[in-house]
Amino acid sequence: MSDNEYTLYNETVMDHFMNPRNMGDLPEADGIGEVGAAACGDIMKISLKIRDGKIEDARFKTFGCGSAIASSSMATELIKGRTLEEVKNFSNQEVVDALGGLPPVKIHCSVLAEEALKAAIEDYEKKNSLESRTAPEAATA
Amino acid sequence: MKSVYLDHQASTPLLPEAFEAMRPYFTEAFGSLSSLHRHGLRVRDGVKKAREQVAAFINAESPDDIIFTSGGTEAANLAVKGFADANERKGNHIVWCTTEHPSVMNSIEYLEKRHGFTSTRVPVNPIGQINPEDIRAAITDKTILVCVHLVNHDIGTIEPIKAISQITQEKGVVLYVDAVAAAGWLPIDVQALGCQLLSFSPHRFYGPKGVGVLYRNRKARITSQIHGGVQENGRRAGTENVPAIIGAGVACEIAARDLGDRIAHVSRLQKRLYDGMISRIKYIKLNGPVPGPDRVCCTLNWSTEFIEGEGQLLLFDLHGIAVASGSSCVSKSLKVSHVLSAIGLDHALAQGNIIMSLGKDNTGDDIDYVVEIFTKIVDKLRNMSPMWQEFQEHKIDSVISPTGHGQSFTERAASVSGKAAH
Ligand code: FES
Repeated sequence: MSDNEYTLYNETVMDHFMNPRNMGDLPEADGIGEVGAAACGDIMKISLKIRDGKIEDARFKTFGCGSAIASSSMATELIKGRTLEEVKNFSNQEVVDALGGLPPVKIHCSVLAEEALKAAIEDYEKKNSLESRTAPEAATA
Repeated sequence: MKSVYLDHQASTPLLPEAFEAMRPYFTEAFGSLSSLHRHGLRVRDGVKKAREQVAAFINAESPDDIIFTSGGTEAANLAVKGFADANERKGNHIVWCTTEHPSVMNSIEYLEKRHGFTSTRVPVNPIGQINPEDIRAAITDKTILVCVHLVNHDIGTIEPIKAISQITQEKGVVLYVDAVAAAGWLPIDVQALGCQLLSFSPHRFYGPKGVGVLYRNRKARITSQIHGGVQENGRRAGTENVPAIIGAGVACEIAARDLGDRIAHVSRLQKRLYDGMISRIKYIKLNGPVPGPDRVCCTLNWSTEFIEGEGQLLLFDLHGIAVASGSSCVSKSLKVSHVLSAIGLDHALAQGNIIMSLGKDNTGDDIDYVVEIFTKIVDKLRNMSPMWQEFQEHKIDSVISPTGHGQSFTERAASVSGKAAH
């Protein structure tokens, strides 16, 4: 049996699981979202650095399965440089596609990444009470 | 890369001796047991010998008490449903234990749903032991069958079968013992145990897959659950899987011969693994009894706090180490192992579950390698875990060694997900 012939997930997922991107915290995060998966009881936390209505930096911490770790790694990669408006429409499907697919029972792990991200943005908006003002309309990227 | 297989409770490699014995039965001795010509008679001879080898392995009164099935699951189905079917007129109540294997549990639940049976589940203590007095208390005048396991398939607990069989004999109830996790790792003597039905699966101790064994003595009448010809004395229809039966016989004979050495070797490794894990990893807990007389020699079931089990399993695999896990993330139903729930294990600890089951070919070096790799895995995953960080910040507390600061993990998980973890 060669070493990587049989793995539970595809190569991209395994890569993000083994070498997660953006793992950790941001010391001066502008928004932090922490959510739990109702299905399995796992937990994901995403921290964001936001400047001029754009995601400047993102980090994650995850207590969860390989697919959850890979999803948070991929999600933080995808959103860096996007505007808040863009990120509000972010969907877990984008993570699934970028990862080259997840097993059906593992789709909820990518939903966790979407929810953690949205919770982090809510946290940012609450802190900056942006709801009461008009959101800074960032131009297209 | 080094390769260490620590999942012997899932399956084991076939013994070369069994493989050799099976070989001619695929090509030359291909006849059917039911045929009356020389091809059939030759096969009949081989299967007769296998039946004797299996009977000797568990000290059955007679080889006629051995029924070959397609596997451990079918043997459990035949024991439970076959017995219930044949004895329905005597009563419709079954006593069993909360930590039975799904093959037993789901057979009983089927009888409840479809055949008007009722049942009483006896609980276990925090290390998975049944209190025989609970069995006594659960038996009613409608009870026909008590189902228990000899060794728990998840956490390795050895159950007090002799004390239970005293009660069932006193009450005149038949006792079925699921010995799938025990056979090959613990001496089994059906007469000393005092059970009337017992099942096991040879591929769990170096025999082939595709064959299971149900021991059934004269006191337990059963009816076939597979209808067709009169194979296995009318208790299991269908052409016999002859090569597998031959292999099962050899695996039983060799297990009987080598059992003392196997147990001694594997117990030593178990102790080494236990000591290594406990001394090197913080916030780790063994589920089930500590190594010793209450635990089967070949398994250790761990919960490591603040990290999840599938991640551990994957990282082990990337280092060539094969283990299992009872975490909800590993199961298709997204539920933690029902055994871990039954012993009252905190959800967070059940999520961090890893099961290591040893075998005769593991070495002391393997064990040291596993402990070494595990310390790295734990560091890597804790470093990624928000719970570990929150524990350092005293926001959540350890279940294993509470500091008195912070919420429990489960409370924390519920507060961030808005729903209680199950
Ligand atoms: S987060 Fe639990 S299954 Fe993926």
